[in-house]
Amino acid sequence: MYRYDEFDQDFVQARVAEFSDQVQRRLAGEITEDQFRPLRLMNGVYLQLHAYMLRIAVPYGTLNSQQLRMLGHIARKYDKGYGHFTTRQNIQFNWPALSDIPAILADLASVEMHAIQTSGNCIRNVTADHFAGAAADEVADPRPYAEILRQWSSVHPEFSFLPRKFKIAVTGAERDRAAIQTHDIGLHLKKNAAGELGFAVYVGGGQGRTPMVAKKIRDFLPEADLLSYCTAILRVYNLYGRRDNKYKARIKILVHETGVEEITRQIEAEWQELKDAELKLPEADIRAIDAYFAPPRLTARPEGDAAVKLARLDSKSFSEWLDQNVVTHRHPDYAAVTISLKGIGEVPGDASDSQMEAVADIAEKYAFDELRVSHEQNLILPHVARADLKAVYDALVDIGLATANSNLISDIISCPGLDYCALATARSIPVAQEISQRFASLERQREIGELKLKISGCINACGHHHVGHIGILGVEKKGAELYQVTLGGSADENTSVGEIIGRGFSSEEITDAIEQIVETYLGLRLDPSERFIDAYRRVGPAPFKEALYAGETKAA
Amino acid sequence: MKVLTANRLTDGIAVWYADGGWAETIGNADLAHDKAAEDRLEAIGAAAYANNEVVDVNLIDVTVVDGVVEAVRLREKIRAAGPTIRGDLGKQAHPETIRA
Repeated sequence: MYRYDEFDQDFVQARVAEFSDQVQRRLAGEITEDQFRPLRLMNGVYLQLHAYMLRIAVPYGTLNSQQLRMLGHIARKYDKGYGHFTTRQNIQFNWPALSDIPAILADLASVEMHAIQTSGNCIRNVTADHFAGAAADEVADPRPYAEILRQWSSVHPEFSFLPRKFKIAVTGAERDRAAIQTHDIGLHLKKNAAGELGFAVYVGGGQGRTPMVAKKIRDFLPEADLLSYCTAILRVYNLYGRRDNKYKARIKILVHETGVEEITRQIEAEWQELKDAELKLPEADIRAIDAYFAPPRLTARPEGDAAVKLARLDSKSFSEWLDQNVVTHRHPDYAAVTISLKGIGEVPGDASDSQMEAVADIAEKYAFDELRVSHEQNLILPHVARADLKAVYDALVDIGLATANSNLISDIISCPGLDYCALATARSIPVAQEISQRFASLERQREIGELKLKISGCINACGHHHVGHIGILGVEKKGAELYQVTLGGSADENTSVGEIIGRGFSSEEITDAIEQIVETYLGLRLDPSERFIDAYRRVGPAPFKEALYAGETKAA
Repeated sequence: MKVLTANRLTDGIAVWYADGGWAETIGNADLAHDKAAEDRLEAIGAAAYANNEVVDVNLIDVTVVDGVVEAVRLREKIRAAGPTIRGDLGKQAHPETIRA
């Protein structure tokens, strides 16, 4: 994985020193809250309901064991023994004291981590496919390009005060696991007919109160032009994006209001001015960054097949975990493992200090020291020899992280909601927990099949409800929590925004409503291979509306 | 009926104005029964903010149940107790403090 060079380390150390000084001056009363707020936000420090919250960047979701161990240490020493992995592939701590944040940042810097640009109207952490570098179906590892974008966008003077925040995602496979069409810029790494690497470029996706699917504005951008083209997009956005209304300030609104054809013309015109200048990426520089992401030396481990076969016979639960949480690797003797942070009834995305340390140990011992955070709030071991899968499984069982529910209904994305967040209008975690408990039976979950359920506690949509096969949005109505359900969303290569199905449900009703939707699907699917999203696209909302509301209409 | 709440500058912990200082629990917060009392609390909050003691200062609606102040809105109830999903965290983790 990428290692800091001297410049990176000096830059991060300098920022720690600068922000530590700012914190000291704030605590001493030398600067006001109005002066301090933008400074703390630039360094990932929010104020939430109960305390400050610190959001730490995990670039493109890639971590090593030492870094995860440090996160566990921070959870124990400065927080309350746990952290929350987010849909931006980052981690948040919910209880740090402002006075401790300089020490936390110094600890992070010692393992090449920081919290820079995890908030504010700048280019945020660039996200990527969590199976990058391991996936059997990828054209090339997207992370070197995410790293190039990280270097380019870090304290970029022109793009540090954008109209609004700006998110970029990169995938290297046809099957999009990075939700690129819900991002301000989505990059799909691919090869052209000549076998050269480049990108399909999508612009103007986003969720929040106005969900939009990104529009493809270029089918193939040569890799050397990555930075010049992104600069052209950002420049057009920075110039024309609205600054009069924060709810209309994202690039998705600009793309929508300007029209795809016109904005493409503007971007291409800007790019013509830039494309042959200093932003053109030299081949040698791209390959130098590539080298940081060279896969580990995966020696042949052909004994894996027999070992897995034997262990399957021995343990039904291992066999189920294998079917659900283990995916094919580009090397036939290896596999990529999803460590579910969605234990039945648990808080989605939360991990304790000791779990983080234990997972770090597992990664060190069995996974070449590499880990990923997925935007679905799970951890990933990208390279595990099939021969070691049983040992990894047993180690995960010991720490309560062997739930075999990847991509099933209890693998829920949930924002922190009103239990923590100052912006939230309703709780989301308790809803996730109740649904998870209702569908606790793995047999039942597997019968239902792939189902992406996503919950947000307010219209800002941090829980990605718009793109859930089933989405739940919590709002406050007449002083009570009310949950609105959307169906038919998805965040893959066929991204769609879910449709509101009808009136919302109270916190007492919502789990029953979800169960009703699931039962309706089971009753109408053509066969078990027709996933919920496929069935919904075939039949539309009518049968679900009928199941949920028919009684009311008749009664009325 | 309203009380004054904020988050403490140094650690961000939720606090309520009570007995001339900032308490970590809502139970004994100073009540404002009328506009004049609200204005007085608001002035105290503004001064504490200017004095860098607290941030995010607000007047919130409350009721009194069995002599104990309780927030009206769910958001403020959660601030006053802690996350509903983690009874071991926040003010609710120390019920003896809340009673006191």
